[in-house]
Amino acid sequence: MNMRSSLNVDTSHRKSWILIAIIFALLILAAILSLGLGSVRFPPNEVISALLGKGNEIPDTILWDLRFPRMTLALLVGANMALSGALLQAVMNNPLADPGLTGVSSGSAVTVLVIILLLPEFTSSIPFAAIIGGSIAAIMVYSLAWKKGSISPVRIILSGVAVNAVFGGIIGLLSILYSDRLPAALQWLNGSLSGKGIGDVKLLLPYSILGWIASMFCIRQANILRLGEQAAANLGEKVNRIRVVLSVTAVFLAAITVSVVGIVGFVGLIVPHIARMLVGSDYKRLLPMSLGMGALVMLAADTAGRSLFAPLDIPAGIVMAMVGGPYFLYLMRKGDM
Amino acid sequence: MLEAQALDIQYDGKTVVNNFSLSVQQGEMISIIGPNGSGKSTVLKAMSRLIPCHMGKVCLEGQDVRAMDTKTISQMMCILCQANQAPSDMTVQELVSYGRMPHKKWYQRLTPEDYEIIDWAIEKTGLSELRHRKLPALSGGEAQRAWIAMALTQRPKVLLLDEPTTFLDIAHQLEVLELTRTINQELGVTVIMVLHDLNHASEYSDKICVLRKGKQELFGTPREVLTTDTIRQIYHVEAEVAYSPVSGKPRIHVCSRAEASKLWMAN
Repeated sequence: MNMRSSLNVDTSHRKSWILIAIIFALLILAAILSLGLGSVRFPPNEVISALLGKGNEIPDTILWDLRFPRMTLALLVGANMALSGALLQAVMNNPLADPGLTGVSSGSAVTVLVIILLLPEFTSSIPFAAIIGGSIAAIMVYSLAWKKGSISPVRIILSGVAVNAVFGGIIGLLSILYSDRLPAALQWLNGSLSGKGIGDVKLLLPYSILGWIASMFCIRQANILRLGEQAAANLGEKVNRIRVVLSVTAVFLAAITVSVVGIVGFVGLIVPHIARMLVGSDYKRLLPMSLGMGALVMLAADTAGRSLFAPLDIPAGIVMAMVGGPYFLYLMRKGDM
Repeated sequence: MLEAQALDIQYDGKTVVNNFSLSVQQGEMISIIGPNGSGKSTVLKAMSRLIPCHMGKVCLEGQDVRAMDTKTISQMMCILCQANQAPSDMTVQELVSYGRMPHKKWYQRLTPEDYEIIDWAIEKTGLSELRHRKLPALSGGEAQRAWIAMALTQRPKVLLLDEPTTFLDIAHQLEVLELTRTINQELGVTVIMVLHDLNHASEYSDKICVLRKGKQELFGTPREVLTTDTIRQIYHVEAEVAYSPVSGKPRIHVCSRAEASKLWMAN
């Protein structure tokens, strides 16, 4: 008899879905703006007509060879890192978790750097190397954090700090030992999208879509983990298996991204956090929101980086760190974490 | 119904529970009492398969729990732990609906039948007015009722409660215990709960299991278990035991040291 009152709970989330739609609309606007911005500027209407194949105000080389791949790459990178962060936050039941803080990014970076500096003939296997490096980091973090048959969130953060320090050290060591070959790796290390072409998009896109599909299958499990380990186990869930599945997806998303553009911090930390404030903690809405918002934030960071100080090209990773760091401190002060 | 057979439980190589056995019959309401650190919660969690036993086994309806699928167990047995966490934007109804999870495959959505059960549990726990309220906006007693509603939605045959009244004031304690009794008597759910308050244990249970240092000291009706002697033995305090004129169950008054010495003098 009260069935109607149960069912109409879904409609109360309409506001959240409208917000998600707005973010994706903003994303399209930002993409058009970003294509027009740069050393040569074009108004949005010219960009749109060029995209539609009408009008020829914009040379194909600028639009299709330079700006379009870079714009697409920014979207993919932001979306992947944000999804990865949202999933890791579910696994560790901690809003501080993200691929950067847990060492997954630096783990991937080490193996990729080894290939760039020492084994340049294996360049094609860079994505796999990144996944291996990220997995090693994740396994290290989990085994350090593992105690009494369960993983405690505090220990995971602490071991993340340790693992990050170790990999950071290795990256530093490699940079000194092979300083002659470093310029090739420097742009990559900073999380820069400059000089990326359609080849990089073609490399990252299929992996990204695979990762996105996998994360949509994680929604139910991530939601149950919100109730805590014991309540999830009580509901008949194999908690540690869920954690492995979610972690593998998160590591995959972060690693393939790092393998193409290097370490981009803070997107995975801050975007899911803001998304949670806007649409709530239900992963049904949190994941799409993180995806759209991650893409938007990254695109904004990259576009700002390359147009604000033109002709200088500031890596998006640096822009994110400079904006993200203070924002992170602000969140901590506010006591949200 | 639920049986613990010679359980040995270790934490970090240290034995916390030693040779613990308990047999609970269908429809019974059992309390586990004992001093802090006596292993009450540990025993309860082991019986619910949340923590592993080093030795011994737990049988649910005659089947070894370890050999059962965890999902199958969750359709028959539910445990509510002491401190529960939920996201701050979750509503009562959302929380309660998670109780249907054990009955769903990962790709299945909630059906109208599920919503009927959810509504029934919300009504049973008196939360109809609060169903769309967010969890942090609830009082301690209301929150505990919401979790119990989730447990009901699971439709368990056995309900394990780990100190369901901690953090609550006396009125809310009573409310939760009355609700538990209703669940036991009207729905026939077997209840095993860890309690601190001896009077609650006396009033609300058919049988009481007394734990001390990881061992079962006593198991019997409140009248058999709750005596001045056993309370002295277990808790090292003096207590006066009277009997309720209504239910005949023991009522315990724990004496202060001054009271105890006066009593001793008088005797």
